[in-house]
Amino acid sequence: MAASRPLSPHLSIWRWRASMAVSIFHRVTGNALAFGGVALATWWLVAASTSKEAYEGFAAVAGSPLGWIVWVGLSWLFFQHLLSGLRHLVMDAGAGYSVETAHRSAAWTFGGAMLLTVLFWAGIILLGAR
Amino acid sequence: MATGFSSASGLKRVRGLGSAKSGAHHWWLQRVTAAGNLLLMAWFGVSLLLLPDLAHATVVAWIAQPLVAVPLLLLVATTFWHARLGTQVMVEDYLHQEGSKLLALIGLNFWFLGAGALAAFAILKIAFGG
Repeated sequence: MAASRPLSPHLSIWRWRASMAVSIFHRVTGNALAFGGVALATWWLVAASTSKEAYEGFAAVAGSPLGWIVWVGLSWLFFQHLLSGLRHLVMDAGAGYSVETAHRSAAWTFGGAMLLTVLFWAGIILLGAR
Repeated sequence: MATGFSSASGLKRVRGLGSAKSGAHHWWLQRVTAAGNLLLMAWFGVSLLLLPDLAHATVVAWIAQPLVAVPLLLLVATTFWHARLGTQVMVEDYLHQEGSKLLALIGLNFWFLGAGALAAFAILKIAFGG
């Protein structure tokens, strides 16, 4: 690349705000899901289709303390990407571009993702205790 | 291209020569798969919450139903495809050398096609009788 001018992701010229952080988080969470989420989903399905033993091998790792950290982390990544993605779709349609609205909707994706993660795991614990 | 006698305008000559070479179709597919992900992940999340447990027999009996196997196949298709499109954008933004960019894009195709084929085969194997 011949040009030494700043290219696409020139992060150094931005001030940290919710609206730029949500963009970075959208990309980071998306790529983490694309590798981590895809690998785990594929492992789960292949183990289930292979044998009971293979599935229990998966379940042993998935149910370990490290496994739980990964599932909670993965669910948070998913909800963060989901909400920033929904915000993306709204802005793709041309809405929500005022500075005030853009900052507020960005802040909401962070709060909402944490809330959805808590609700999802509360649901798992409550339904598991039936 | 630009021979010095070209009648093309500057814009005409550079159009389509950005880092990705094309864009609108990719952009649109990213949105279509996002909508698919939204519907199918909502179904998947609620279904998992409602399963009595995640033991091998339960999961296999659940996947074997036609109205589970088919949405699950569609879920694998939309999420893996969406992930393939999103990771491509990351590669195009951060890898500026043509050689490494090409290798990374081929690697992404191998990863998502490989994982997608495995996941789809696993679902079909369970659906067609374990």
